[in-house]
This record gives sequence, C-alpha cells and structure tokens, in this order.
Amino acid sequence: MPKRSYNKTPMREQAPEVRQHNFKEVALGYNLQEGQLEASRCLQCKDAPCILHCPVMIDIPGFIKQIKEDDMEGARKVLNRYTNLPAICGRVCPQEKQCEMVCRLGQSKKFEPVAIGKLERLVADWSLEHPEESIEITHDKGKVAIIGSGPSGLTAAGDLAKLGYEVVVFEALQTAGGVLTYGIPEFRLPKQIVQKEIDQIVAQGVKIETDMVVGKTITMDEIMEDFDACYIGVGAGTPHFMGIPGTDLTGVYASSEYLTRINLMHGYEFPHYDTPLQPAKNVVVIGGGNVAMDSARSAKRLGAETVTVLYRRSQEELPARVEEYHHSVEEDIQYNWLTSPVEYIAGDHGQLVGVKCIRMKLGEPDESGRRRPLPIAGSEFVVPADTAIEAIGQGANRVMLDTFPELATNRWGYVQADENTCATSVPGIFAGGDIVTGAATVILAMGAGKIAAKEIDQYVQNKQVTTTV
Amino acid sequence: MFKITERTALTDNEYQIWLEAPRIATKAQPGQFIILRIDEQGERIPLTICEADASAGKLRIIFQVIGKSTAQLAQVKTGMSLLDVVGPLGKPTEIKNYGTVMLVGGGVGIAALFPIVKGLKQAGNRVITIIGAKSKNLLILQEECAKYSDELILVTDDGSLGRKGLVTEAMADVLQREPINQAWAIGPSIMMKFCTKVATQFNVPIYVSLNPIMVDGTGMCGGCRVTIGEKIKFACVDGPEFLGAEVDWDGFIQRMRQYHPEEVTAYQAYQVKQVH
Ligand SMILES: Cc1cc2nc3c(=O)[nH]c(=O)nc-3n(C[C@H](O)[C@H](O)[C@H](O)COP(=O)(O)OP(=O)(O)OC[C@H]3O[C@@H](n4cnc5c(N)ncnc54)[C@H](O)[C@@H]3O)c2cc1C
Ligand SMILES: Cc1cc2nc3c(=O)[nH]c(=O)nc-3n(C[C@H](O)[C@H](O)[C@H](O)COP(=O)(O)OP(=O)(O)OC[C@H]3O[C@@H](n4cnc5c(N)ncnc54)[C@H](O)[C@@H]3O)c2cc1C
Ligand code: SF4
Ligand code: SF4
Ligand code: FES
Ligand SMILES: [Mg+2]
Repeated sequence: MPKRSYNKTPMREQAPEVRQHNFKEVALGYNLQEGQLEASRCLQCKDAPCILHCPVMIDIPGFIKQIKEDDMEGARKVLNRYTNLPAICGRVCPQEKQCEMVCRLGQSKKFEPVAIGKLERLVADWSLEHPEESIEITHDKGKVAIIGSGPSGLTAAGDLAKLGYEVVVFEALQTAGGVLTYGIPEFRLPKQIVQKEIDQIVAQGVKIETDMVVGKTITMDEIMEDFDACYIGVGAGTPHFMGIPGTDLTGVYASSEYLTRINLMHGYEFPHYDTPLQPAKNVVVIGGGNVAMDSARSAKRLGAETVTVLYRRSQEELPARVEEYHHSVEEDIQYNWLTSPVEYIAGDHGQLVGVKCIRMKLGEPDESGRRRPLPIAGSEFVVPADTAIEAIGQGANRVMLDTFPELATNRWGYVQADENTCATSVPGIFAGGDIVTGAATVILAMGAGKIAAKEIDQYVQNKQVTTTV
Repeated sequence: MFKITERTALTDNEYQIWLEAPRIATKAQPGQFIILRIDEQGERIPLTICEADASAGKLRIIFQVIGKSTAQLAQVKTGMSLLDVVGPLGKPTEIKNYGTVMLVGGGVGIAALFPIVKGLKQAGNRVITIIGAKSKNLLILQEECAKYSDELILVTDDGSLGRKGLVTEAMADVLQREPINQAWAIGPSIMMKFCTKVATQFNVPIYVSLNPIMVDGTGMCGGCRVTIGEKIKFACVDGPEFLGAEVDWDGFIQRMRQYHPEEVTAYQAYQVKQVH
C-alpha cells in the first residue's frame, strides 16, 4: 500500500478567474481513482469518533471501506441506511466542524483528516448515475402530512415512506427543496442534484404538493382531520433587517430576496427568465455567515466590479465555512473586518449610492462567549455602493404558525419541540429543523426529520392500537 | 395546473380571467390575492382575487397590461392552463358593520375594491362607492359596483362619463355632506396618497391596499417591505391593507420603480418577439 499522504486528496475545481463569471459548480468532484486514494487514508478506527460527530451517525468507516474495495454498490447501501440526501450533505455539510473535526487521522501531527464529505459526495453522485430499481412498498400503515419540503421535511417524508406510510408533503413555493432550492446557489449545490435526490424520495412513494401554503390554501384543521400525524418543517426564512436609515432605498436587499431571485427564479438568466435583478457595479454584503458568502459570490458572478463584505467582528470569529471563505477570497471578494453599517446613503432617485460605516473594536465576551463588537466613536467612513445585501440572519416563518395558535412557541417565535422526540405541545404534531432550532444546518434539520419519522411511526401505531381496543 | 375557463377583454388593456383553483376558491376572502406563474420561465405575478366562486371552484382576476408578464397573461386562451397559482395570500379585509363606509377605486384598482364593496354591503353597511378612470371606456365594473352600493359616484378625468375630475374631489364633497365611519382607497399609489390626505382632513380613518413588488408572497424575502408608522412591515403577510395615514408614501413609491429599466427591456423584447 502506498504511504498515506499527509494531505487530503485534492478535488479538482473550476479556476477562480473562470468561475467568477459563471454559476456552474465550483468543486468538480472525485473520480473513482481519486476516491479510492482518499479512502485508503482512513484508519478504519474500531470506535470511530467520526460517527459520533455526524448528526445522523453515518457508518463512515463502513462506506469508506467499500469505496476502497471498489464496491460502490455496497457503499451506496451503507449511506442509504442513514441519509436520504447524501449528495447534498457531501457538498454543504460543515464537515470541518463535525465528522472531520474529530477524525483520528486528523488528530495525528501533520495529517489532515480524511475528506469524509467529499467521499460521501462521490458515492452519492455515483448513486444518482446508477439509480436503483425501486422496490414496491405498500403504504398502508397510515397517512402523514409534512409541512415544508426543506431537508427536514424531505428526510422525514422519505423515512416514513420506507416505513410504509402514505406521505404528502405540502410546499408553499413552486419547487420543493426549501433553502436547498431557493437559498444555496447553483455553484455550491447544483439544482439538478437537489432535484435528483428529491426524485428519489418521490420514487419511494412520497407525494409532493407544491403551491400549497399551509394556513392559507389548506388549514391545520383540515390536515389534522385527514392525516394520522403531521410534521412541521417550515424553516426560518423570514429575513431580519438592521433597520438603519435608508433601508427602503432601491438597491438594498435582504439576502433572502437576492438569493431567491437568483436561485428559485433564475434571475441570473434574465431576460430568458422573467424575474429581473438590478445590474450592480459596487456591492456591499453585510454579515459573515454562509449566507453572506453566497450573496457576495453570486453578486460577483452577476458582474459586479467590487464586492465587499462588512463584518462587525474579526476574521477569527467569521462563522462561515472556511472553505467558502477561501473560495470567496480567490474570487476577489474584499473584506472589511470590524466594520458595521450605520446608514444607507440616498442618490437623487431614492437609490443607494453608498453605505456609511463605523469601525468596531472587540470588547468583553457576551452571552454567546464571543467578544462583543463596540463602535469606535468618530471612525465613520463611506463605502460607495449601488447594491447592499443584508445577510444578518432570519427568523421563524410565521404564515402557518399565525393560523395555529394552539402550538406552543418560545420567546423567539420558534416552535417548542422535544429535542429527543420532536413532539410539540399538540399531540400528533411533530416539528423540527430550523423552525425549532432557529437557522442551523442542513444535516441538523435532516437529523430532526429522522427522529421525527421514528416517533411518528410509534405514535401512529400506538394510536391505532388504542383506537381499535 | 390551473385551467382557464374564460378570458374577456374589458377595455383596450384590461382583461378578466376566470380560472380553476378549487382550494383557493373555498378560502378566498375580500382583500386577498393570489400569485401566479404562467410558465417555467415566468415570474411570480401577484393579482387580487376579484371574486371567488367556491361551488364552481373558480377565481376571477382582472388585470391591466403594463409590462411583459401581464401582456403575456392577456394572450392566454380559454382551455389553457397556468403553471402555478398560490393563495389566498395576505390578510383579509376586516369585514363588519361600520355604519357608513366610503370606498374609492381608481383604474384597475376597482377590481381589487369590488370584493370589499360587496363584502361590506353584505355585512349591512351603508356603502358609498366612488370609482374613477381616465375616460368612460376605461371605467370597469360599473354595474357590479352599483349593485352593492347605496350610492355610486362615477368620475372620469375627461368628463366622458359622470363627474369630470379626480376621485379626491368627489370624496371631499361626500365627506363634507355626511359623516363616514371608515374609508378604503385602492388605485395608483399617487391616488391612494391623496385619498389619505383628504380622508385625514376629515378625521376619517382610511385603509389603502399596497402593491409593492413581491416575490414569494409568504413573508420569506422582504422585497415587499413598506414602512408603516416607522416600522418595517411585509405587505404580503402583514398587509396588503394598511392605514393610509401610517404609510411612508415616498419610500413606497420609489421602491415600485426599482426594476424599471429591466422591465422596459423585457417588455420590448417580448413585443418584438410577438411581431415575428
Ligand atoms: C443562503 C443559505 C446558505 C446556507 N448554507 C448552508 C451550508 O452550506 N451548509 C449547511 O449545513 N446549512 C446551510 N444553510 C442552512 C440550511 O440551509 C438550513 O438550516 C436548512 O435548510 C433548514 O432546513 P429546514 O428543512 O428546517 O427548512 P427550510 O430549508 O427552510 O425549508 C422550509 C420549507 O418550508 C416551506 N414553508 C414555509 N412555510 C410554509 C407553509 N405555511 N406551508 C407550506 N410550506 C411552507 C418553505 O417554503 C421551505 O421550502 C444555509 C442557509 C441559507 C439561507
Ligand atoms: C397584492 C397585489 C395585488 C395586485 N393586484 C392587481 C390586480 O388585481 N390587477 C392588476 O392589474 N395588477 C395588480 N397588481 C400589480 C401587478 O402584480 C403588476 O402590475 C404586475 O406584476 C406587472 O407585471 P409585468 O411584468 O406585466 O410588468 P413590469 O413591466 O414587470 O412592471 C410594471 C410595474 O409593475 C410593478 N410590478 C412589477 N413586478 C411586480 C411584482 N412582482 N409585484 C408587484 N408589482 C410588480 C412595478 O411597479 C413595475 O414597475 C397587484 C400587485 C400586488 C402586490
Ligand atoms: S452527513 Fe455531514 S457530518 Fe455526516 S458524514 Fe456526511 S459530511 Fe460528515
Ligand atoms: S475517524 Fe477518520 S480515520 Fe477513523 S474511521 Fe473515521 S474517517 Fe476513518
Ligand atoms: S413578497 Fe417576499 S416577503 Fe413579501
Ligand atoms: Mg415583470
């Protein structure tokens, strides 16, 4: 066997100067050979710590071993036991903070961890190209409604269908997928991949009804009447605004709108698609998470000359994935650390012409343990900009909740649900994903969907026992 | 798919469509709207539900051609289907007995006003309706408004029908004449702004229906934000009706023009394509 290399097997990428001008995927994936090389770096630990740090506890050494032995069919089988959306997780999971963070190989001096996410992606992409014969399952154990087709709802739906339930997913938008469809851009997560994974869930017998706003088109009463149980996975997509003067100028966006116009509505293909976007020369993005990175990199691709991210803390505290940050720097995204906007400056026609900012310094740690940014008096300066995108976080989607006051929520407006069972204050109604945790991650939303599927199965079976007695 | 069962031209550039959307038809209430998409490349177009026939499972919409998407919508034929229709969105109008109410509609806004006129009449109000347009042949829904109004005042800019002048002048006359408990105005932004001014002079609370540029219509994008009493509100979920006196009109009006150059380009390209 060749000596283990210190570093992860590199993944081919589109060159920065090329990809700045297109929306095609940045990371091109491993081929089988590269995958086998990377797989052979895994130590096949007996008490694999990586598994414990995967929210859905994928048998990581298990599927890696199959790759190494050139048994992709076997690797697929392992993955399918734990996840319905491997091609998505392999791409967007914050691996460096989960499975890979504790990888034993990565703990030893000089070695990088095994590229678990990239290997997961390899198997998943292979699997999409080699679809399985779908096995006929009868769906006669009961009827379950899923509200919201994000990763959480889709996962619960897929698992419940496999368990023999008739499952209907209600989605408000015209396309299923939640943030995977309207938020995360094509260059990180191709919509075709999302669609293929959704198709596989549909192939298991799940019915997805789009254009259905629960609370409006169909009420919770109707759902509770027609279904044995229900899972709420409506996400946290309501954008927050800083509320600084000038927020209603044209050119000021919430990242949610900016990314929805681009991803869901194909604004980057205007006028072939009808939804427009304003052409921008100088773009300012406010925030430091994945959403900010996605907005900044999208703006660059749409032809902006300068894109500047304003972050009120320093690089050390940047919450975005390191990989995404590096990609953004390669793509010529500028950073203004310790900077906070205080006002949008208006031109003659109510359009944005600049963002007035103030410098910050880091003070004492706050409740979150991070040092609190404090403004430095007199340090104001203006960044010229015709577009500003606020990516400062989102809150609970309220449309459905507002029509269902029986459901207990917490003081931030999120649904109260038991972490271990996803049960809510209303019997038969379960909830999980961003609508319970607040904006989090794809894999955590999926994890909740998995738990909910098990609990819903138990709930419905018990209910049927008690009602027949 | 949502089948179109009737399409009629009401004026030179205003059209009426009846379409099948049974679920929405059973839920729709005055003041609510739908968002539709014609085809895969289409944008999401918000339109008020002018009437809902729950038993037939149908909705009626009335729209004015002002750009690419409405021009394309005007071309649909009976029997064709729309790709997406979602709703009913927005908060319904609070229909109850206020006493005497005044409803003011301008242009295609009359279509959005009509279900409120009807609802308020059925709730036992004394209904005074004022509708206006540029000229006679553009004044829609006259008979239907008359049917549900105790008094109907017609106004045209050129005097070709009813009073010559602006709806605000007719409003002022009525307000001088008798006490009004609650008013509504739906029409172009400028009209609603001035209706608010007049009603406020007479201390009459007035609701307006705001139609900012929307994308999802479910509170998830923030594009439809308007400043109401110094607070940011999303018209699609907190509205579309707001108290006129609380609206920051200038901010609202300027945001309506955000995509003007792109919209013009899209419309021109579409017209060129239609000719060829
Ligand atoms: C731009 C962006 C980038 C991100 N990048 C990453 C990343 O790289 N890695 C990562 O792990 N996480 C990332 N996240 C976070 C991740 O996407 C979310 O945590 C995850 O999608 C939450 O899943 P969910 O199923 O709970 O909800 P969502 O994905 O939000 O889906 C909820 C769905 O419910 C629908 N809905 C809402 N109300 C109703 C209703 N009344 N009736 C019917 N349907 C309704 C919505 O339309 C939506 O489709 C990112 C988020 C954003 C916005
Ligand atoms: C709640 C609501 C109810 C409405 N009800 C009606 C109605 O009953 N009848 C009717 O004729 N019109 C109605 N409108 C306006 C209608 O949505 C727009 O006229 C239409 O979307 C214009 O599309 P376009 O491509 O033809 O024109 P464009 O050339 O794209 O735009 C022309 C103008 O229309 C407005 N507009 C464009 N896109 C949107 C959008 N997505 N949302 C809102 N406004 C937009 C802008 O001010 C723009 O400058 C309503 C709008 C809202 C928000
Ligand atoms: S799902 Fe995420 S955490 Fe789990 S193995 Fe895959 S990349 Fe790692
Ligand atoms: S911890 Fe790392 S080396 Fe060990 S089994 Fe997991 S991936 Fe392989
Ligand atoms: S249209 Fe998106 S929030 Fe109202
Ligand atoms: Mg348009």
